[in-house]
Amino acid sequence: MNSRLFSIIRKEFIQILRDPRTLMMILFIPVMQLFLLGYAATTDVKNVPLAVWDQSRSPESRKLLDAFRAADYFRIAYDVGSEDDIRELIESSDARAGLIIPPDYSQRLLDGDAQVAMVLDGSDSTVGATALSTARLIGQSHAAKLMQEQAARLGRSAGVEPPLEVRTQVWYNPDLVSAYFMIPGVIGMILFAITSILTATTIVRERERGTIEQLIVTPIRSWELVVGKLMPYVILSLFDTLVVLALGNLCFGVPVRGNLGLIITLSGLLLLSGLGIGLFASTIANTQQEAMLTTWMTLLPAIFLSGFLFPLEAMPAVLRWVSYLIPLRYYLVIIRSLMLKGVGAAALKSEIIPLAVFGIGIMTAAALRFRKRLD
Amino acid sequence: MAGPVIVADNLTRRFGDFVAVDHISFAVQPGEVVGYLGPNGCGKTTTIRMLLGLLQPSDGQAVVMGYDAFHQTEEVRARAGYMSQKFAIYDDLTVLENLVFYGGVYGINDRERIEETLGLVGLVGHEHELTGGLSAGWRQRLALGIALVHKPQLLFLDEPTSGVDPTARRIFWELIYELAAQGVTVFVTTHYMDEAEYCERVGIMRAGKLLALDTPAALKSKILPGDVWDIHTDQLLAGLDLLPGLGSIMRVGLSGDHLRVICPRGLGKRELEKVIASAGLQATAVEAGEPTLEDVFLSFAKD
Repeated sequence: MNSRLFSIIRKEFIQILRDPRTLMMILFIPVMQLFLLGYAATTDVKNVPLAVWDQSRSPESRKLLDAFRAADYFRIAYDVGSEDDIRELIESSDARAGLIIPPDYSQRLLDGDAQVAMVLDGSDSTVGATALSTARLIGQSHAAKLMQEQAARLGRSAGVEPPLEVRTQVWYNPDLVSAYFMIPGVIGMILFAITSILTATTIVRERERGTIEQLIVTPIRSWELVVGKLMPYVILSLFDTLVVLALGNLCFGVPVRGNLGLIITLSGLLLLSGLGIGLFASTIANTQQEAMLTTWMTLLPAIFLSGFLFPLEAMPAVLRWVSYLIPLRYYLVIIRSLMLKGVGAAALKSEIIPLAVFGIGIMTAAALRFRKRLD
Repeated sequence: MAGPVIVADNLTRRFGDFVAVDHISFAVQPGEVVGYLGPNGCGKTTTIRMLLGLLQPSDGQAVVMGYDAFHQTEEVRARAGYMSQKFAIYDDLTVLENLVFYGGVYGINDRERIEETLGLVGLVGHEHELTGGLSAGWRQRLALGIALVHKPQLLFLDEPTSGVDPTARRIFWELIYELAAQGVTVFVTTHYMDEAEYCERVGIMRAGKLLALDTPAALKSKILPGDVWDIHTDQLLAGLDLLPGLGSIMRVGLSGDHLRVICPRGLGKRELEKVIASAGLQATAVEAGEPTLEDVFLSFAKD
């Protein structure tokens, strides 16, 4: 092996192993991010505290409450005696929703025009929206059940089935667990963040300390310097990818249905973009701090506009156009499809091509600039 | 090698409107120790950077060890060693790791050469210390070791002794002489006058121009306009004020606890004492001084 290249790689590894901050960033932060986003950043709404003002106190009203209990979404936390109580509980955030059952509930149920009131706390839109649709569903299915019971009592055993039923089938993630969505995203985020930030700072550090000048007067070639410095980060971030894949599978049950070799190969494609951005930032920045800030400026749009946290479909058109400039956007589609759907490369052509174009483009631009600064 | 090791021919470098190095020409012979004396920012480092092909000359050219410094950089760099002002060592690596790394970059992988270099710069026994914790003197020696690991024929030292204590400086210069004795050509910049005295030839640089390049003795006899006298008196400030232009006195300067005066050659002690007395000064002693490079440098500075 090329002695110059090997020397750079070995030196870089020694430095990484001796620097607690870099080690943290490579070994600890990915795992922490995995658990934080896997557990905490879940949008699965469950156990919404519900305050109930049951003025009817009848067997019929208890049946309705049982229906609410049966669905996992609500937890009947308070049994109150007035509308003011409900308002107070929602204001203090002790309850997120309130259910009011009128005194004549059972009578009107017989008449066929019963109404109950549901009050929802809309200040958290995710919880509010989920609670709203869940409450409607519970109401509808309970109403359908009541109609069937009524029909049975009246001796008309059949023929009251609703005329239309939508039978849903959720593919790839039947329980709609949000960890399935988050964990592939974490892999993309880690690959991108580690390579761009660490690449930029490791090169700028050499410039800050004056060692780059010493290196330039040796017979080392530009490409050997760049490849030698970047190689350890490529190896370590691919290692991180495997760790997150394994932990995601073991701790969160996120499946890895696609071909592992393909996952690694396409992850390498994202690395090209991360390394390119880091290298480019290192040619602009003069201090490690500047390098950090410059790479952060590319990381922020990557976090918010890549579909990492928020679905691209929900964004305004302008931001969606901007997202086409973010390499992570393509990778997230790729990694989610590979892990959850287990597709092959052919199905991902329209993501792989732009990702490759971006990676090669930024890397070429950065390499050209880097060469210029050496001269 | 038969010819000169370095030939600079009207070497010039401009940064925008600023002329950092202004048409300098000189030659350095094999095995010479050539010093480059001048204040910070006078163009010493820029000169070295051009000789190593780190900067492109705006005008003129340099031939180093027979190769064009800018167009045949690879050839030059493989044969030259360089020690920069900031000692370019990795603080988080040990002494040995630093040397092994730079050796590897030069394609030197045999342990013997690394050991030999360690011995040469006197770092045996400190191989496994992290360089971040070393004193400036040790760091300086390691930086020299790094510049030497590939056995260069030519060594560029850019202010190698800045920030290093006097004892370490002396040890360092002994090392330089050892290398020169082995045939290595040394090109060293400094702003310490006493260090320049150690060099076989000294170039004096100011504001981008090479004002003179000669042996210290020749510089003193050619550049200094007269003899140097040390005048000891309690009235230093009055002397600085009154003496210039008096009688045949050509130059007056403060040197530590006494005045340093330059008078036309051949002026006797008696005559000088008379001039001093005529200014109303009480001299406790008037002695003939040994000319130094500082006198030479100052006589340029006052032009």
